[in-house]
Amino acid sequence: MFQSLMNIISLWALPAIIIIILTTGLFKKVPLYETFTDGAKDGFKVAVNIIPYLVAIIVSISMFRASGIIELIGQALSPMLSHFNVPADTIPIMIVRSLSGSAALGVFSDIAHNLGPNDYATKLSAVMVGSSETTFYILAVYFGAVGISKLRYALLVGLLADFIGIFAAVAVCNWMF
Amino acid sequence: MNYIFYILIVVSIIFGAINGTLTDVVNSILTGAELSVKVAFSLIGIMAFWLGMMKIADKSGIIKFIAKIIKPVTKKLFNEIPENSPAIGDIAMAFTANAFGLANAATPIGIKAMEELQKHNENKSSASNAMCMFLAMSTAGFQLVPATVIAVLIGIGYKNPTEIIAPTLLVTSTAFLSAIVLAKVFQRLWKPQQNGKENN
Repeated sequence: MFQSLMNIISLWALPAIIIIILTTGLFKKVPLYETFTDGAKDGFKVAVNIIPYLVAIIVSISMFRASGIIELIGQALSPMLSHFNVPADTIPIMIVRSLSGSAALGVFSDIAHNLGPNDYATKLSAVMVGSSETTFYILAVYFGAVGISKLRYALLVGLLADFIGIFAAVAVCNWMF
Repeated sequence: MNYIFYILIVVSIIFGAINGTLTDVVNSILTGAELSVKVAFSLIGIMAFWLGMMKIADKSGIIKFIAKIIKPVTKKLFNEIPENSPAIGDIAMAFTANAFGLANAATPIGIKAMEELQKHNENKSSASNAMCMFLAMSTAGFQLVPATVIAVLIGIGYKNPTEIIAPTLLVTSTAFLSAIVLAKVFQRLWKPQQNGKENN
């Protein structure tokens, strides 16, 4: 019920927003075509502005992942985390989910396909991946677009919130599944 | 960020040398750089579309209207931003798009919101408190239905994939609320923004 309602909302949210924007614009006598193209011409500029920030973050994270150090950290953490009923397979997701969304989704798909629908690791990793946004990517894109290079406490808060999210995922899954 | 950047790269190279994955590490520089440009360029079209739409929304007063509705909340969260700034309406639009899993719209609108926040920022290269708050809220990624994850679960024959929604919602709300609280706490603890003198 909730799911089908959400499907309908997801399907109609974009078209509805677009219709509302255009119709209100028409009623307020905003020159639609001119205003649209005027706003849209910044699209290229913004995308180009982001490139240096994306290169810095995506390259350093790609190198980090390629070095295999994430697996090592996973192995080191595994004995401690098994006390909290955390399956070893899910640990790479905890480390990678703030760094790379596609990597986290990849690890999750592997777990789901290898361990199957009934395994606890599948459920825990589903919740961990579904409940997070890739902190470093958002940081590069949002701050990159306006040229912010001094982050102050933004990244720290983002990562702490991610950490709390992991903790909550473990607690909630232990309780519900 | 200076330290994180240094650590990510230097540790990868040193560990790669020990682990025998140095070739992979070096190759990942090229693939990573290529991927960055691909990501940026794939944004151009959809970015242009939503910037165009948002400009119409802005001129027809929709953004101001939304900002007015959510004023009681945003007054507390973004206390440095004037109440009727378009930034507030943009932020609300970005979170609405995010909540419904419309990442294609959420990212361009989020960037637009960041640009509006930048107009109120005194030091253009350093993140203002409002920007840190908005970024922290965005990275917590509040989403009502994790559509991609559910698609994978359906793919492996998971009997009742919707049972994942409730725990995910609980977790993502926890992270979202902690991000807000943490951003507020750090706003007090961190040294205030200075013009061009900050270190991070």
